[in-house]
Amino acid sequence: MNAFWIILTGSLVATCCSLLGCYLILRRMAMVGDAVSHAVLPGIVIAFLVTGSRDSVPMLIGAGLLGVLTTFLIEFFHRVARVQTDASIGVTFTWLFAIGIILISMFAGQIDLDQDCVLYGEIAYTPIDLWISEDGWILGPRAVWTVGSVAVVVILFIYLGYKELYLTAFDAAYAASIGISTSLWYYLLMSAVSLTTVASFESVGAILVVAFLVAPPATAYLLTDNFKTMLLLSVVIGVVASAAGYFLAVWLDGSIAGAIATVTGLEFLLAFLFSPSRGIWMNRRKLVPSPIN
Amino acid sequence: MILQVENPVVEVHDLTVSYDRKPVLWGVDLTLPAGSLVGVIGPNGAGKSTLIKAIMGLLPASSGYIRIFDQPLKEVRKRISYVPQRESVDWDFPASVFDVVLMGRYGKLGFFNRPRRADKDAAMEALEKVGMQAFTDRQISQLSGGQQQRVFLARALAQNADIYFMDEPFAGVDIATETAIIELLRHMRDEGKTVVVVHHDLQSATAYFNWVILLNMRLVASGPTDQVLTQEMLEKTYGGKLTVLSKVGDLLRKQEFPSREA
Repeated sequence: MNAFWIILTGSLVATCCSLLGCYLILRRMAMVGDAVSHAVLPGIVIAFLVTGSRDSVPMLIGAGLLGVLTTFLIEFFHRVARVQTDASIGVTFTWLFAIGIILISMFAGQIDLDQDCVLYGEIAYTPIDLWISEDGWILGPRAVWTVGSVAVVVILFIYLGYKELYLTAFDAAYAASIGISTSLWYYLLMSAVSLTTVASFESVGAILVVAFLVAPPATAYLLTDNFKTMLLLSVVIGVVASAAGYFLAVWLDGSIAGAIATVTGLEFLLAFLFSPSRGIWMNRRKLVPSPIN
Repeated sequence: MILQVENPVVEVHDLTVSYDRKPVLWGVDLTLPAGSLVGVIGPNGAGKSTLIKAIMGLLPASSGYIRIFDQPLKEVRKRISYVPQRESVDWDFPASVFDVVLMGRYGKLGFFNRPRRADKDAAMEALEKVGMQAFTDRQISQLSGGQQQRVFLARALAQNADIYFMDEPFAGVDIATETAIIELLRHMRDEGKTVVVVHHDLQSATAYFNWVILLNMRLVASGPTDQVLTQEMLEKTYGGKLTVLSKVGDLLRKQEFPSREA
């Protein structure tokens, strides 16, 4: 049963992250996920200090706000100070993450949080942290409920805003000319990324979130030229990595999150070598000269 | 020579646009007549693209206002179409030719709605107009420059707009595509649509457009082609640049033997 809950949690995180990641990599903003997942740290600490509990809702709100603030600052420094996007991302998130670290170390005695838990998470503990209703019903791990509801929100968001998200990622100027607000959709997408990151990383850790945001979409990009197929494939790739990673970790008796992230990397490598359209191996075979007739 | 017209389709009043507080367009004041094929001409950095982007509200104006069909921009969004520069998008994007052309229908569809049969038909019809119906399912990364330009044009046509703004549609396309595009634009003009084209080839300008806007940060001229494309106006626009003056010479030589294709 534990294996089931762990793989389910991993798969739900993979679903949210991979879907949003497809838009991020096409907008050339893959590292925004990295930035948000680190920059939410001060938000979590502040939410904890204000409410004094490790309840998920205030933490989600605190971290979510910081996530949106991060994406806003990235845009702001890029537009107003005219720094390159990647430099702007780098400056913003390291700075916010550092503030989070200082807050944790200052209040270390009072906070049941540490850098390790924030960065690496501990997906192995998800089956233990159960949600028990007031009547004593055991409703399953809390993480499954949090990440599951975020997955529903993300899928609905992409289903309803499919056209707008697709067009603003491809051609923002044209989208604006036909009256679609590009900044509205940018911030909606970034809010969804913040929400996903924050909800996921308590259970799986920032590194796995970043891996899921980038590796499955990048793998799917190598495998297909159709965007809808790319969305579906990236989810499949993420789910496969969750399951395979879990068994790899059991076999190695190592970190589950680490093993899952490793599998996403291996999947990318396989696609890079053997993709029918863009794989190195296939292209080499195509390059074999054919006799002229 | 700035000619103002009665009942204009586009009305630009005292438009100033700046990047980083540095003005790139100064006090542009012009009107365009309905049913014309307009060329926006000037040297590099003259603000040609800036002008059409500002007219469509894609760039904020530091001063001035714009009216299209005698209404504010917001009211007439759906009647305006835009063909951005080809290089402005990533052609490795996972999309087929049909996907891109169908985007032309998104503005009319509004939030929530998915493209319906009628939208798909309109997209198909637009593809036929630009002669790309054989490439419907082709991945956009596999198109040549000229084909990419035709796809962008088809996307704009699918919108069924009344006024079209095109940013350098002839840049980097072969002569066959250029001829096909200009034929299509003339046809659109004859149907009563207004087409505004950013262009930088002086030699073809005389043949292509019936109205020309000469721009070099400030508006130099706006009027019927034969009155605007004169040596005096061109010198005013391009200054005394050597390469340009030789082009002016070419142009004047051409005027002695006017082509009759228009």
